[in-house]
Amino acid sequence: MYGKGLRALSLTTALAVALTLAAALYWAPNDAYLGFLQKIFYVHVPLAIITLCGFVAAGLMAIAHLRTGDSRWDVRSYVAIHISLIFGVAVLITGSIWARGAWGHWWVWDDPTLVSFLLVMLLYATYQPLRFAIDDPERQARYASVFAVTAGVFVPVCFAVVRLGPSYVHPRTLDNVNSNLPGRMQVVFYLALVSMTLLWVTLWRFEITAKHVAAQLRALRGLLTEQADDAPARRSAAPTLTGVGSET
Amino acid sequence: MRRPRTLAVVAALLRAQLRLELRTFEALPAMCLFVVTAFVLFHFGLNVDALSGNLASGVLWVTLLLAALLAINRIYVADAEQGGFDAFLLSPAERVALLGAKTAVLLVYLAVLELIALPAFAILLLEPSLWQALPGMLGALALGDLGVAVIGALVGALAVRTQARDLLGPLISLPLLVPVLICAASWSAPLFDYPHAAGVAVRWPAILALYDALFGLIAFALFDFLVED
Repeated sequence: MYGKGLRALSLTTALAVALTLAAALYWAPNDAYLGFLQKIFYVHVPLAIITLCGFVAAGLMAIAHLRTGDSRWDVRSYVAIHISLIFGVAVLITGSIWARGAWGHWWVWDDPTLVSFLLVMLLYATYQPLRFAIDDPERQARYASVFAVTAGVFVPVCFAVVRLGPSYVHPRTLDNVNSNLPGRMQVVFYLALVSMTLLWVTLWRFEITAKHVAAQLRALRGLLTEQADDAPARRSAAPTLTGVGSET
Repeated sequence: MRRPRTLAVVAALLRAQLRLELRTFEALPAMCLFVVTAFVLFHFGLNVDALSGNLASGVLWVTLLLAALLAINRIYVADAEQGGFDAFLLSPAERVALLGAKTAVLLVYLAVLELIALPAFAILLLEPSLWQALPGMLGALALGDLGVAVIGALVGALAVRTQARDLLGPLISLPLLVPVLICAASWSAPLFDYPHAAGVAVRWPAILALYDALFGLIAFALFDFLVED
């Protein structure tokens, strides 16, 4: 069962996200300088952290795929990158809004965090085109995993290199020494981090479940019509699951 | 069969690739022509006659990176289209020798390219004298080229057997090359200052060397998976 525990997870996630939004809007104090706009912080920063962790996790899953050759790891890596890309677009949009409010510009070049994030997104934006451009499913999976590992290493390295640039306008959220988040804000921030992580994991599990169900359905349809599924598959960026039917 | 020494295989592959280039001239002349044309474009695009400092460094490095893409796109094409990969896989050589050879080929291409590009840049656009910047530039060129060559050899292999290699090669390599650009351009910028200012921050050579080493390791670890079939 791929969907095992998915209902409980979804309910927990919905509850956590609702709680976070309520706490961020009504319980956390307004920022003295930015006012209400600062609330976007509770969405933007956790999303950014989860996105980058998701990319790195996808790299680790890709390593597992390359080591074992198990196509399920490729699916996990693919879905992790897919969800992180969607989260990443949200990060860029919310970050842009915040930059406009805080610094007066939609885009700030001397902020290393923003710039590194854009670089990482530009790199990952080529992941699906790369997959789409390879016909053979096995090679597509292997090449995609090589990409995911390379890019997964690039994520922290890129942030380190760009941050060495001479600018520090972006606040360091998790830098405890200079952390200036007052008590309630800190609680809501960690709550938001947990709920966004839950959201990522839930969406990841949903998409993986959907992929497995679709693959099983295809296999069953092949059995019912007693035809080998030898019709030329439509070219796709999505990974192909091999050996579906054995529920493991 | 005795497995040949990897370095000997790298040297043989390098010789073969250079001979191929000398017979066909399909990468280097295009790269050199591209560089000179780009300088002319920058002259008209920026509407300036002479560059110095940050701007000079940036124009030079961006042009070199874009010219390198032309080579990155070409180095595996003969292997992919004319059975070079199959022949190589049939041999008992270590696969990573191919990575070493392609990295070396790109290094040679870039060195030759810079022999043309630097004088052309000095004549066409550079305000301070090239001679005063050259001793400092050699280090930046060496480490910058190494980074471009390693990343190019890995991404070239990743992109060559896809249906959109001319598009994917540059799109994947450019974000990976941005840290190389940051380090190399920041390293070179004070060398191109006019009047000449001494002193280069130590961190740029250090970061660039680390980045090169890291991507060397990544390419070494992953290359086998790109030439399995």
